[in-house]
Amino acid sequence: MNEVLLIAIPAAGAALAAVWPNDRTRPWFLPGIGLTHAVICFWLLAHPPPVPFSEWLGFDPLARAVLPSVSLLFLACAAYAVRYLEIRKERSNRVFVATLLGILALLSLGQQARHLGLLWIATEAVTLAAVPLLHFNGTPRAFEATWKYLIVGGTGIALSLLGSFCLGYASIYGGGGGDLTFTALTAQGASLSRPWVLTAWVLLLVGYGTKMGLAPMHTWKPDAYGEAPGIVGAILAGGVTTVGFTAILRVRAVIGAAGQGAIADRTLLAIGLFSMLVAALFLLGARNFKRMLAYSSIEHMGILAFGASLGRAGAWGALFHVWTNSITKGSLFLSAGNIRRAAGSASADEVRGMSALTPRSAALFVTGMFAVTACPPFGPFFSELKIVRASFESGHVRSAGLLLGCLLLAFLGLSRLVFAIVDGRPRTVSKASGKTFPETAGIILPPLILLGLSIWLGLFTPAVLRDAWTDAVAQIYPAP
Amino acid sequence: MRETLNLLIGLAMGLNLFALGTNRLPALIRAMSLQGAALGVMPVLLELHPEWRVALVALSTVVVKGFVMPRLLRRAMRAAKIEHEIEPFIGFVSSLLLGAGGTIAALVLARGLPLLPEHSGSLLIPGALASIITGFILLIGRAKAISQVCGYLILENGIFLFGMLLVRATPLLVEAGILLDITVGVFVSGIIVDRIQRAFDSLDTRKLTALKE
Repeated sequence: MNEVLLIAIPAAGAALAAVWPNDRTRPWFLPGIGLTHAVICFWLLAHPPPVPFSEWLGFDPLARAVLPSVSLLFLACAAYAVRYLEIRKERSNRVFVATLLGILALLSLGQQARHLGLLWIATEAVTLAAVPLLHFNGTPRAFEATWKYLIVGGTGIALSLLGSFCLGYASIYGGGGGDLTFTALTAQGASLSRPWVLTAWVLLLVGYGTKMGLAPMHTWKPDAYGEAPGIVGAILAGGVTTVGFTAILRVRAVIGAAGQGAIADRTLLAIGLFSMLVAALFLLGARNFKRMLAYSSIEHMGILAFGASLGRAGAWGALFHVWTNSITKGSLFLSAGNIRRAAGSASADEVRGMSALTPRSAALFVTGMFAVTACPPFGPFFSELKIVRASFESGHVRSAGLLLGCLLLAFLGLSRLVFAIVDGRPRTVSKASGKTFPETAGIILPPLILLGLSIWLGLFTPAVLRDAWTDAVAQIYPAP
Repeated sequence: MRETLNLLIGLAMGLNLFALGTNRLPALIRAMSLQGAALGVMPVLLELHPEWRVALVALSTVVVKGFVMPRLLRRAMRAAKIEHEIEPFIGFVSSLLLGAGGTIAALVLARGLPLLPEHSGSLLIPGALASIITGFILLIGRAKAISQVCGYLILENGIFLFGMLLVRATPLLVEAGILLDITVGVFVSGIIVDRIQRAFDSLDTRKLTALKE
């Protein structure tokens, strides 16, 4: 029952926020609902329900391993949003608040969906719900980004529907009764028709890979992250992408049961490495620090796909990385949002010397950069270490070498741009724009806490999380 | 029954080619909506003993694809005061040739996939693939935002056609959800089209070039 509350409470909150009359008090819905969601979610993490709520929906091990990270990230962003929306008084926040809460409901639905059709509906709805958030700034550039997001995202989501149909037909052709829950599909296993299963895998990987932002389906990402408010970028990069990843893991389990796991792993490995390479190369040339975060996100999605291709140990590392990446990325996006607001631009050609103008945000941004490029003692270091070890153990030595090479390139690209913005003397343009940007606790504490969590996750990974990841791996790779 | 079905799919495939060849937006919208409505009737034809849920899906598909969506698009078109697609990325003749080639490829490709006896000999899979290819050509090859939305909807029609293979297997809730999502999708893109028109004073997506590396 509690698992339904995870969906129902934010949905009800969204409806209430949409009719709430007062612009000033409405943002408080976000931390209120976010906190409730997190409490229920972590209670469920500690006390997982013995059987999933239903065949269609439930807090199963995979949802348990991922959804709390989304909830945590949302809570931090929600706390940040109160102060952020206070700064952005010139715009009504009705749509913004209601949509964010709606997205939380849909993310909870998507992570817990155990039915191929339901999963698709939730993912498509999240894609569409994000649209008003992307053009919140209302600039022509924001509309351009939104259009590209709609076209690329819509096509990707259409392909995943086609893939779902193919998987459904594989089941019917193999004598199944047309039950499209993942449990039933996995149980059908080897009797699924091989050509249809492979077609389905390719389409679903491309479709949900678009949602994750794997290269070469990543083209919407830099535009969307570059033009949307930082808080929206954080939710997209740490929440919406994970639904795509969970979807791919669920489908991967079915493909594995059908006996085609080896092919699935090879494609995942290839697409993962390609994403890292593309991201690393673009990072070397990036000039806009918000677009830079998008490429960094593409890189980390590549790492997730890479990890998922390496069997049990790799998948465990990938689930770990989902947590560390979401939390660390959240901190980066929020501090980048502060810098962007204070500087009035996101391009390194116009922004410099931010350590003088916004010392706290700049310090957070630099620390976050080190965290996300996997410097110890931050979480991403430990999760990536797991993945690299898994790839050595499974004999993918050359792939691991390529991964490390991409990480190095990404580090060079990220650090170059970050220091270009932070160091130096402030440009006269940004100085002339007048008032100093007040770095109040409301916009500094949330990214700071996320960074602290990132260290904590890496150094003292709680046993309950380790268990959750182990259980989820057992769900994806059932013991023979 | 199978003949009627194949006739309808044949009609849809013809409309694909028409959509690729025309330079007038109202004609493109009409082709798209006629195709959607023709496909909407199919669930009833496929069932030997149609029950209420199949009829409901068919009815709502015809209403949404045949009437609601073209209305939304026409409104956007009138607001933007455009009638023609001029200078597409891929010319009309080349689009047609590509579409015809794609249709032939779809027919060949469909032979390679194993089918249940009740589906063999029907044009469902070639028709679906041909519409998907047409949709992609329009998405990539047209400059006006409304033409791209039409392309997306034709792509969607192809996927709907493919879904006919599963009409007995997918529960009503899923079908309703899919249809709802698509309607909302068109609605949302209608709003964005309107905003682009206001912000750029044009619906030419070639003007959307501020964001790049």
